[in-house]
Amino acid sequence: MCQVDEVYSDHLERAAVPSVSKKCLKCKEAAAAVVIRAGHSYCRGCFREYFIHKFRAMLGKNRIIFPAEKVLLAVSGGPSSCSMLSLVQEGLSQSAHKKLRFLPGIVYIDEGGAISQSMEERQRIVAELQAVFKGTGFPFHIVPLEQVLDLPSSVLVTGPPTSDQPASAYKAAVDHFIQNNSSIFSAPPDQEETSPPSQKETSLPDIQESRVHLLQQLIGSVKTLTAKADLLNILRQHLLVHTARAEGYSKLMLGDSCTRLAVKLLTSVSLGRGAQLPQDTGFSDPRYGDITLMRPMRDYSSKEIAFYNHMFKVPSVFIPSLETKTTDKASIQRLTEGFVTKLQADFPHTVSAIYRTSEKLQTAFRSSSTADSSGRCLFCMCILDTAVESASAFNMTLISEQLSQTKAAGNTKAELQQQSPAEPESSAPAGQCCSSGGGEDCGRAAGGGGCCSTDKATETPNLRSLLCYSCQLTIKDMSSVDHLPLYILSEAQRRQRRSQMREEISEFLLDGEDD
Amino acid sequence: MPVLCSSCSHKRAVLKRPKTAHSLCKECFFWAFEEEVHQTIVAAKLFKQGERVGIAASGGKDSTVLAHVMKLLNERYNYGLELMLLSVDEGITGYRDDSLETVKRNQEQYELPLKIVSYEELYGWTMDAIVKQVGLKNNCTFCGVFRRQALDRGAIMLKVDKICTGHNADDVAETVFMNILRGDIARLRRCTDISTTSEGEGVVPRCKPLKYAYEKEIVLYAYFKKLDYFSTECIYSPNAYRGHARTFLKDLESVRPSSIMDVIHSGENLSVREGVKMPVQGTCDRCGYISSQALCKSCVLLEGLNRGLPRLGIGKHHRLHNKILSQQPLTEKEEKKLKSVDF
Ligand SMILES: [Zn+2]
Ligand SMILES: [Zn+2]
Ligand SMILES: [Zn+2]
Ligand SMILES: [Zn+2]
Ligand SMILES: [Zn+2]
Repeated sequence: MCQVDEVYSDHLERAAVPSVSKKCLKCKEAAAAVVIRAGHSYCRGCFREYFIHKFRAMLGKNRIIFPAEKVLLAVSGGPSSCSMLSLVQEGLSQSAHKKLRFLPGIVYIDEGGAISQSMEERQRIVAELQAVFKGTGFPFHIVPLEQVLDLPSSVLVTGPPTSDQPASAYKAAVDHFIQNNSSIFSAPPDQEETSPPSQKETSLPDIQESRVHLLQQLIGSVKTLTAKADLLNILRQHLLVHTARAEGYSKLMLGDSCTRLAVKLLTSVSLGRGAQLPQDTGFSDPRYGDITLMRPMRDYSSKEIAFYNHMFKVPSVFIPSLETKTTDKASIQRLTEGFVTKLQADFPHTVSAIYRTSEKLQTAFRSSSTADSSGRCLFCMCILDTAVESASAFNMTLISEQLSQTKAAGNTKAELQQQSPAEPESSAPAGQCCSSGGGEDCGRAAGGGGCCSTDKATETPNLRSLLCYSCQLTIKDMSSVDHLPLYILSEAQRRQRRSQMREEISEFLLDGEDD
Repeated sequence: MPVLCSSCSHKRAVLKRPKTAHSLCKECFFWAFEEEVHQTIVAAKLFKQGERVGIAASGGKDSTVLAHVMKLLNERYNYGLELMLLSVDEGITGYRDDSLETVKRNQEQYELPLKIVSYEELYGWTMDAIVKQVGLKNNCTFCGVFRRQALDRGAIMLKVDKICTGHNADDVAETVFMNILRGDIARLRRCTDISTTSEGEGVVPRCKPLKYAYEKEIVLYAYFKKLDYFSTECIYSPNAYRGHARTFLKDLESVRPSSIMDVIHSGENLSVREGVKMPVQGTCDRCGYISSQALCKSCVLLEGLNRGLPRLGIGKHHRLHNKILSQQPLTEKEEKKLKSVDF
């Protein structure tokens, strides 16, 4: 369990706790069947209750799903998301006051094409998952990753929030709901199966060979496993959000466990995604506006999930991924996973300490109405973190690159010598537009033969300026960006045109902010 | 065929920069390295004309390169700084006495005044004596807490306006990880700052001119400049947890060399949730040094040492602070818990 209590609790008190008790901690009668962590053993029944209660408590505490809202569960086939699916099923079958009040659906993204799986293999896995999904009675959508190639550019535009109700409206909505509509949920899932018209099921649709080829070309154009995994994450998220929008869902539930999120947090930090940590690891992620991403499993450790799935026969399906059968040092993602796993084995508080860190990070996210899309990263949709102060890792990296290459005209020793730290105003380094104007100027200058034009990525000069720090690292690892899906490339063009226009008319704009 | 320098394009390259993977000749590497430190100093406005600046000198590679580059840039760009070396003698036989010899040689080479403050004169304890009492497991806690205050005390004796330390990019990135792993949000927020303003009486502002310099490049610079430095690790083994973080960072760097800067970028752009409690800084009731508790960490550790209760400063025993301050006796149970060394 990801306990939020102090890790550095008093040694004086800690010594008094008996290490492992044989009886259940909760009922103190039945024999303990699982030990979640030192001193926390539960019997089968109490463990089940604890596990189920935690899910409802997480949703109850955050109060963002309104009654009768359509919620899409992203199920990858792994233990955590399958456990989430079973918890939702469980929640819908509870008695009235404990019952979950939303309308679930399932989405599975089949990524077999990205790792060159055969069609037969992909169909076999899909059939296995389909059996699991059918058992829930929920509508489900099986979407091959190839469909990302045909997404509309609107995926990259933040939608207006659908329910702009304040948190205070939540309780009223729930009360109202309980009084009026609770009857529509009274049918247990197996009875709902007798009304097939309301159900929406898709098995793996036919995938054209040419689509598979295009996807593989895209993945093949990325030179490192780190960047491949990062790009795949982004594409997957776009496809999930698009599916949610197309099918009328307003919430998307992701199955990331506490352990998974600890790895993700450290990975994000390592990839330069520090500014996005709250969105990447928090309970809710509002970056898409109309579709809110949620992580209701973030309180469960992978160990607890494994116990629960095993004891209560929750099925999960092994799905090979990009990183299957790779070594620890194959990518930053794998490296981080190995690091956390090993550290957790030696220091059992590792994951919970990282979790506490994530709890304290700010969602410094402007509401979607104020942040226009040109200020967002073209890939990950986060607010651009490249317009930074001159003394920053971003600018100092640019300076390092310039200083290591053939000196630009004007950047002579004599000129640099005239600067003094005592006169900061005149301290813009000569011939170095980047250090004075911040990242955005630099990216734009690249197209016009400015100081950064020496960069190798000259064939796609402008994509960089539309990306956040970390996504820039990803395209740096690509041999070409020409294989990116059309929706990304055409949105890039649109944003560039807008910014050119804005530049042309800038002297007439009074505010300069609005799009 | 020899590789040509990617900067001057006519001399032969002798090294590949760990930071950018460019091949450079010796002169162009020196120039780039020094220039980057200069740009850091300028961009972050680290110094003002006429300031007295103490360079924290340990004799190790970071502080040796820092002293060399600071002296050089001060002359090249007329910073107008009055530089001096400031060393702390922890009292570790076979480690600090040797490294202090290096500092003394540096002093002569660079013609900078040197001030050495020792744990023994400040606290009445050498690290050797501390290790004898507390063992090898938590001695770095003592060392770190005492050093921080010792540098401030030395800086005040020298009447310097600022201390600059040799922390490099690797150190900063590693500290980002350490603070995440400890869940220490207050430190996480501060640790990527390039400079600290004075937090109160007795605390001298500090800055890190090598914040964006890769450790590997510092070693390359010292190697090609043939700088004299002391390269033995502290004989009292370092914190195991930090060792893991360091190894992780090195592994990251081998997968993607920009990782070190990427981690710092992450740290620079973190935002902390409002309403998360940050420790309120006050001052120590005993010595006046900044502290979020009634007694500063250093005084608590010292009290523990002097009373033969080494565990006092390890872990949190805030409740006992008032008892210590008012010199009340501890209960037998409390004494027993604080005495044992097997922590
Ligand atoms: Zn029980
Ligand atoms: Zn991005
Ligand atoms: Zn050269
Ligand atoms: Zn030490
Ligand atoms: Zn004190």
